[in-house]
Amino acid sequence: MTYFLTQLANGLSYGLILGLIAVGFVIVFTSTGVLNFAHGSVLLTGAYLVAILHDPIGFWPAVVVGILGAALLGVLINAVLVRNLAEPNPGTAAILMLGVDILLLTELTRRIGNRVLPIGAPWGADVIAIGGVTLPTSRAIAAGVAVVVFALLWYLFARTDTGVAMRAAAADGDTASLMGIRLSRTGATGWALAGALAAIAGVLLASFPAPGVAPTLAISAFAAIPAWVLGGFDSVVGAIVGGLIIGVVTALAVGYEAELHVLGRGLGEVVPYAVMIIVLLVRPSGLFGRKEAVRV
Amino acid sequence: MSDLLRRLPAIVGLVVALALPLLFNDFWLQTGLFAMAAVVGAIGLTLLVGVAGQLSLGHAFFAALGAYTYAWTVGEVGDRAAGLGLPAVLGIVLAGVVAAAAGALFSPISGRLRGIYLGLATVGLVFLARHLMVNLEAYTGGFNGRTVEPFSVPGFSFSNSDPDFLAVAGVEFGGLHRLWYLFLVVVLLAAWLGRNVKASRTGRALANVRDSEAAAAAMGIRVARAKATAFVISSAYAGVAGALMALAYGRIAPDLFGLQLSIDFLVMIVLGGLGSIAGAAAGAVFVVTLPLVLAQYSSELPFLATPGSGGLDAATLARLLYGAAILAVLLFLRGGLAGAARRLRHRRPPRDTGEPPPVAAPTAPTATPEPSLSHPSVPTRSKETTP
Repeated sequence: MTYFLTQLANGLSYGLILGLIAVGFVIVFTSTGVLNFAHGSVLLTGAYLVAILHDPIGFWPAVVVGILGAALLGVLINAVLVRNLAEPNPGTAAILMLGVDILLLTELTRRIGNRVLPIGAPWGADVIAIGGVTLPTSRAIAAGVAVVVFALLWYLFARTDTGVAMRAAAADGDTASLMGIRLSRTGATGWALAGALAAIAGVLLASFPAPGVAPTLAISAFAAIPAWVLGGFDSVVGAIVGGLIIGVVTALAVGYEAELHVLGRGLGEVVPYAVMIIVLLVRPSGLFGRKEAVRV
Repeated sequence: MSDLLRRLPAIVGLVVALALPLLFNDFWLQTGLFAMAAVVGAIGLTLLVGVAGQLSLGHAFFAALGAYTYAWTVGEVGDRAAGLGLPAVLGIVLAGVVAAAAGALFSPISGRLRGIYLGLATVGLVFLARHLMVNLEAYTGGFNGRTVEPFSVPGFSFSNSDPDFLAVAGVEFGGLHRLWYLFLVVVLLAAWLGRNVKASRTGRALANVRDSEAAAAAMGIRVARAKATAFVISSAYAGVAGALMALAYGRIAPDLFGLQLSIDFLVMIVLGGLGSIAGAAAGAVFVVTLPLVLAQYSSELPFLATPGSGGLDAATLARLLYGAAILAVLLFLRGGLAGAARRLRHRRPPRDTGEPPPVAAPTAPTATPEPSLSHPSVPTRSKETTP
């Protein structure tokens, strides 16, 4: 039972980090209609900044720089590239982001090389144990940070003018624009938010039990895609729930791999996608997604 | 323009393709084989993405399926990573059929999801493929992969033996030369079929679905079925492309069929211009050739560092150029290479000022505001009529 609870706790905390990444996908998608395949490399950029700066300027200032850097990177990608597409539509934008991802990832891989850069987090490799259930301190902190961030997001979207403007723009861009909402501004805010969320998630993912910042960190953003799709593309709540589901299912699949050996080795990598495909078979627009308007 | 003149580039291209094995060394022949395998897959994907407007990142899954189907059905009967010992021609056909069947199984999703939503759903297939490839060791050889039997018809093998020595015009025709012509035949068939699909009733229905699902439905097109059909067609192409890849590599392993391959296929058709068969072919040749050529000739490029020294090595440069090419085409070149070529062709007759025709610069920005010519070859008005 304690083994199960340990796996569950790990899964939930991992799921919350996935939720942070998935919410970034949702916000970029609803505010600019872009499927952000470069999210992983933005995440890696944020984590990389923290990893190289924590020594000279200290961990917390480095985190601030990392978050601001990733947010700025997101805003620049949107302003310089996405808004200048020759044929702006979701398909070409998605492929553009694949190109951006290749460029960023190649450059970061060249800089990092074969090294694994330590993230320098003050909580190190400690472990919390409550009644037999063990959880790395970093993962407990990750869960706490994620919950605080989600609360702040709720406040932003529910109580501030900026957030309401973003929701209006997401619901109906043309009408929002007629009401005096600047879509360029809500778009930039969306990209900045997503970048910041990615940087936070990057720092949390690079902490213990992970060894540190390596180029493979960018791939972890791909693990959030099933969470995003599961939640339904345009729902922030859906992304968080999707993240939790994927996190728990992954942790259980890894934790009980010995019992599930008929399904093959390396089950943890494929289970999120299998869950996603099964959900899509039943609900093509995800668990919380708006139904596509046109029914034919 | 007369019919002959219009077909001239294609004829010249064909003659060049037929003659190249006489001139090429093994490196270029091998590169050509990889490129031609990719061309087949890219044509299939452009029918799905360009004509039907459906994004797919699952192309590598179907290529893997085709590659392993070929390797398994043609492989010799034995105990480990064995096969059925079927004729090689049948193996290639089965590669396409099995991939198409898998694409049909995916139709509850591919028929209901639209555009980029389908693109995301298909990401899952790539990871599923990897899991299957690693775990179904009896068929796939697991993580280390398996060897692929060379292609052969009775009495003639597309390898270095049987007949052991074959020379044409003084050039010895080894396995690579022989495969070159086999691949060329498959590429031509794929291009011809692709063109016909595009121009057929099905292709027009697909284009109609891409432009407006509601309008297509009002015309009597069954939208879900049309989208599923496009997915099946493109899967079959990917399967055959996978079989060709297996032949070109001679040994296949799960790492060949990762997400990167799916992305590469997408990039090929975007660089070439969505919906264009010739564009897909050009894009495929570019994407496949660039890293191989840079790696081969890196020692002769003075600014390149040796791999691992932290400097700019050939693989890094290839990746950067690859990413930059995507950005340049998407930002400046509406309709990709095919779109640029079309604009050049359409511009020439009225503005005949005696100056030489502009040379196509692949990544040059063409800022001329012209009416949208993104898919002029695919009529958006459906000719579907109910008898």
